Amino acid sequence: MQVKRKLEILADAAKYDASCASSGTERRNSRDGKGIGSTTGTGICHSYAPDGRCISLLKILLTNFCVYDCVYCVNRVSSNVPRARFSIDEVVQLTLAFYRRNYIEGLFLSSGIIQSPDYTMEQVVEVARILREEHGFRGYIHLKTIPDADPDLLARAGRYADRLSINIELPTAASLSALAPEKDGAAIRISMARLRERIDAGKDKTVSGKRPPKFSPGGQSTQMIVGADASDDRTILSTSADLYGRYRLRRVYYSAFSPIPDASPALPLQSPPLVREHRLYQADWLMRFYGFESHEIITGEQGMLALDMDPKTAWALQNRAMFPVDLNRAPKSTLLRVPGLGVRNVQRILAARRVRAVRLDDLVHMRAPINRMLPFIQLPDHHPGATLDAASLPVRLKDTHAAPQQLGLFI
Amino acid sequence: MQPRSSWDCSSRALMHNIYLKDETDIEGWRAAARRLIAHGITPQEVDWYVGPARDAAVQADFFAMADDATNLPAAPSSIVDQENNAGIAPPNIFAGQPGIPAEGRSLMVPRQFVELVRSVILHCAPERFGLLYRVLWRLQQERGLMRLAGDADVARLNAMTKAVRRDMHKMTAFVRFREAMVEGRPRYLAWFEPEHHIMAAIAPFFIGRFAAMDWTIMSPRMGMRWDGNMLHFLPGGKPGALPAEDAGEALWMSYYRHIFNPARLKLKAMQKEMPKKYWHNLPEAELITSLIAGAGMRTQAMLERAPEPPRRKVIGYQRKPRRPDIAGGNE
Ligand code: SF4
Repeated sequence: MQVKRKLEILADAAKYDASCASSGTERRNSRDGKGIGSTTGTGICHSYAPDGRCISLLKILLTNFCVYDCVYCVNRVSSNVPRARFSIDEVVQLTLAFYRRNYIEGLFLSSGIIQSPDYTMEQVVEVARILREEHGFRGYIHLKTIPDADPDLLARAGRYADRLSINIELPTAASLSALAPEKDGAAIRISMARLRERIDAGKDKTVSGKRPPKFSPGGQSTQMIVGADASDDRTILSTSADLYGRYRLRRVYYSAFSPIPDASPALPLQSPPLVREHRLYQADWLMRFYGFESHEIITGEQGMLALDMDPKTAWALQNRAMFPVDLNRAPKSTLLRVPGLGVRNVQRILAARRVRAVRLDDLVHMRAPINRMLPFIQLPDHHPGATLDAASLPVRLKDTHAAPQQLGLFI
Repeated sequence: MQPRSSWDCSSRALMHNIYLKDETDIEGWRAAARRLIAHGITPQEVDWYVGPARDAAVQADFFAMADDATNLPAAPSSIVDQENNAGIAPPNIFAGQPGIPAEGRSLMVPRQFVELVRSVILHCAPERFGLLYRVLWRLQQERGLMRLAGDADVARLNAMTKAVRRDMHKMTAFVRFREAMVEGRPRYLAWFEPEHHIMAAIAPFFIGRFAAMDWTIMSPRMGMRWDGNMLHFLPGGKPGALPAEDAGEALWMSYYRHIFNPARLKLKAMQKEMPKKYWHNLPEAELITSLIAGAGMRTQAMLERAPEPPRRKVIGYQRKPRRPDIAGGNE
């Protein structure tokens, strides 16, 4: 089979993994003229597909042959999709060819499970080893790790990779055993805990100041499929909060379950609206950077996030007694809860109000989303008055753009 | 290089015309700004130009004359970093100038301003030089000015910096090299049209990443070539000179086509990050229209397809018994 055909099949097989990040790792370059590549810290998206997703890495499977039968997965053993397998050298050459042309930041490699978890993991690690050791590749490498593989193999993976990930797949252990019978929720979590230990150890300097061997400097991440089981947003977010807390994940990715070729009859026919995925990301953001607890964020009925407005606005509407917030007096943690006010503008307000009072005009110049903010804030030249308590406020703040979109609208 | 200036008595009140060497002449701007401030010349009295003075008869160095005059205030001599007295200002910006008396008023130059100058100067808007001078002027009186993100001038500077940074980031993302074999060695060639004057500023990124490669990036205003050892700046060019699509590009096109999930279309999200103005430079962009057009049908087909029994023989996978070291998990 030609490399081109393999690439088609194995990119098709990889696209349901949402992550394509190339961020969070150490900074490197190849200014010394040996090898090739660099990393930037924040990562670079080299392109975007019409599905809105960033293309930062060459995201492929080593093979989409798989002995497991995860119901939601296009590569499960019982699916009839075409199969292919790259040789190790083909992946290495493809990565380098794309990198030299500045198409990508690096490689995100995962694989279906062939023969055994150990055998598969060994092949994946070998690709990374050859890139690093034989080609001096200093770009980004993200390896998907197989929780059942030998801990020594995971340790080797961490030596070469910038990021490791193990997918939690589903929000609850019950869903996992129903939809991915061969997977073991406990083994997944144990592997995450083990990775965390090694990642943490790789960061600590010893007393003598010597650097420990580096281990996945970009940390670990995971992915959860949304809408393939009946879990509500409350369950999803509390699972995320638990994962962030326990295993110090860099990111939890949410992937709205979408129709796949040759889907299993065991799956729901209806895929969730894409906006649900978007709201989960917003809520996740609020937990990580805005001081919200997972249980506060759920304001909609039946444990769901509101689809028609962002979760912060929805939360504010249910907690109107806390508002209006005086932008010139409120502490940082309160400013962070004002709808429309992002982390950056909060910092700007804090800096500015030490010099003089912040007024409405300042917000205009800072290009803050004034209309969303006005009902909730107080300034020397503005008070929301009755608008804050008006019954019509929720309707006014509805996010009309985010209404669930029909595919047909675009065609 | 000293900036040249001249008296221009044509129509308005006395104006000072400052001629900078080129679009990113940060040294020239800095030297001129220091002297203008020292002589108490208000922002309204200064016009900034790029290029040689138009009138050879007025090439006399205003500053040389002015510095000789005894009735002018003494020129600044030192920098006070308001934020941090450790003197964070990068070298060569606002550093002391030879020929300027070593006593007198201090120039107020907060660190944030110095940082802004370095990126704002790369912006394409002609008014950047004057705006920077106005803010420097105001800083001499308004000590906290840089912290007022809501001030119209500061907000404009912040917006300009953001635009320049974004342009630089997009250049690191969207430059596409094509490979050509020249005398048995691969050379990598790209065409890119940055919006702002960022070519020289972005060079270290490409050198740090592709130091062992021989690469050239051309743009309408200027080009640069890294030969593996040295960076050479070239005059501007035309896009036609690129080599034809190579095998690597064909594979990239396949990849783009297949990494796209037709069941999700988020065109706004795509265009926000990859605006159309970049498309003509991205080989994969020519696929976008057809991918979008085909997405609905492909998704419908997936939904309507009756589930098929597996065509291959499925042998149930037998999990190994759990290793003793992971027994007793937390679920
Ligand atoms: S293990 Fe499951 S999720 Fe992974 S490729 Fe195989 S079937 Fe898909």
